[in-house]
Amino acid sequence: MALSSAASRPHLGAASGEAGGSRFAFGTLALTLPALLLLVGLFVLPLARLFALSLAGGSLEWYAKALTGGLYTTILLRTFEIAALVTVCCLVIGYPVAFLLATTTPTWRAIGFAFVMLPLWTSVLVRTYAWMVLLGRNGIINRLLIDTGLMDQPLAMLNSKMAVILGMVHVMLPFMILPIYSALTRIDPDLPKAARGLGASTLRVVTTIYLPLTLRGIVAGVTLVFVVALGFYITPALLGGGKVLMFAMVIEQQVREFLAWNFASALSVILLAVTLLAFWLLNQGVARRLGD
Amino acid sequence: MSDELVRRAAAQAGRLDIEGVGKTFGDVVALADVSLAVVAGEFVTILGPSGSGKTTLLKVIAGFETADSGAIRVDGSDVTQLDPALRNIGMVFQNYALFPHLSVARNVGYPLAMRGLAKGEIAKRVGEALEMVELGGMAARLPKQLSGGQQQRVALARATVFQPRLLLLDEPFGALDRKLREQMQLEVRRLQRRLGLTTLFITHDQEEALIMSDRVAVMEKGRLQQVGPPLEIYEAPANPFIADFIGESNIFSGHVEAGADGVLSVRLDGGPSIQVPSRSDLAARAGQRVRVMVRPERFVDLNVGGTPATVNRIDGRVAESAYIGVSDKYRLSTAAGLDVLVRLPSGPSSRRYGVGESISTGFHAADARLIEVE
Repeated sequence: MALSSAASRPHLGAASGEAGGSRFAFGTLALTLPALLLLVGLFVLPLARLFALSLAGGSLEWYAKALTGGLYTTILLRTFEIAALVTVCCLVIGYPVAFLLATTTPTWRAIGFAFVMLPLWTSVLVRTYAWMVLLGRNGIINRLLIDTGLMDQPLAMLNSKMAVILGMVHVMLPFMILPIYSALTRIDPDLPKAARGLGASTLRVVTTIYLPLTLRGIVAGVTLVFVVALGFYITPALLGGGKVLMFAMVIEQQVREFLAWNFASALSVILLAVTLLAFWLLNQGVARRLGD
Repeated sequence: MSDELVRRAAAQAGRLDIEGVGKTFGDVVALADVSLAVVAGEFVTILGPSGSGKTTLLKVIAGFETADSGAIRVDGSDVTQLDPALRNIGMVFQNYALFPHLSVARNVGYPLAMRGLAKGEIAKRVGEALEMVELGGMAARLPKQLSGGQQQRVALARATVFQPRLLLLDEPFGALDRKLREQMQLEVRRLQRRLGLTTLFITHDQEEALIMSDRVAVMEKGRLQQVGPPLEIYEAPANPFIADFIGESNIFSGHVEAGADGVLSVRLDGGPSIQVPSRSDLAARAGQRVRVMVRPERFVDLNVGGTPATVNRIDGRVAESAYIGVSDKYRLSTAAGLDVLVRLPSGPSSRRYGVGESISTGFHAADARLIEVE
């Protein structure tokens, strides 16, 4: 049934293509035109300009500056490190949350989803300031620790890598939970039961049934979180207090403080290239793993 | 070698005792005091309409639901609270529940891998199991690359490869077309006999239940209504629900006129008086209202045949007729307004009647069954 419908689809498409001819193609083009114009005007053109700026004078001087001396490569590596840590934290926290959402009663699912989605509808700036209120020297957590006598001195939680990662995980968590949740709901509920009945412990059910069957969801979540985290700016700027430099912050610094447009462009292109490379590698790994 | 023998002997056993099991979901009573003993090697079908509680019973036995009351015993030991992973019960799910990301061989080998068997031993046993279900060449395929019937066989191989004490089948033929279903029914039964595996089979298809089972347990509203061999269930239904649910039946209401020598004389409402065998487990005195069942195929055309034993007679006009192939099916209306379903054998020696024609039909006293006394 599924096979035959899949087989007939391309055939049907070909048939309507012949019958509809160029009018069909024109209609499609007209419909996509606004989106196309928007994309070209606001995305492709600026990107092309960025690229041109980075190669100003036809030389690779700006790239050479970015890739030598160690400073910018160190920051790039740290950006990768932070993005990777954020991704791992999101996965470790997000998978169990997605699992609970997928297996609980409809009422609890609705409540759980509200908690997952609510941050998405709040501005990143507001959320970041909320963390500053919580983590600050005179913040809620420190006051609680001192008032209860657990600490004498306030902890320096703000302006650290930990604070940056905490804030970024908070922002990115829904993007990990949603694709995994979606993969989990596609699993036939009889499969884990069958596995249990065949002698699998709860842990084995997770490792042999849930994880392999949600691999696509995991990869989608990991890709999304990692790639977006690479370009984070607001959260590390505010929660890192200038002590934790991420690549996007360096780019901003070059433009705003030194007006070094060409150099900033080169850095941008490097970040873009590295991000695309990471994206491609992740996808390659999955394709090999899933055999398609 | 002795280990092997012990293991085989253990696999051969598989007595199942369901003792007063009850289960409610909120206000809904899914199982009400269900008791059933299944002897080792027996094939018992739980037959009931959807919502009768049969799937809940299976889940309780497999361990996916916990009984509120009562006990499940396998070979005498109480498994009511036991983890499903430790019950050693094979189950074939309605939609087979094959693991879509694992090959056929790894699906079948799954229960063996979970038991920590060595790779070589798993490969050997999986090979044997796949040979048994005639899927020797399919080991490397994924479930989605198989037909429905083949998937069914993989599920069967997976549920039996670890020599479970019990095999549970949850409406496994529902998705198959008629021809394949009939073939699989025979195949499953053959396999079950060969392995000597105690089997509990769930279905809502009464024909399937009659064909396959040693015994049939009819379930309705969470209760077992009657348990017995197929013949008994069909010929001697205990109550009107079973008479109506199993096969086609005429259920007549009437009152007892007289009773003597194991035969009751029952006057049907708006119809003739007929002879019905009395029941030792269902006492009926003169004057009491009763219900009587007669199977449509037990009627004979008195114009063509009939013997001195054909003491019961019903005359009527054909209101509807249908040609079924092996028989002609008629709905008769008697002068007094009684509706009667009659099947007469079709063939050169029998007459076919059109709508409006009148027929004289009759049946033996022994073909009538008292099913209810009010």
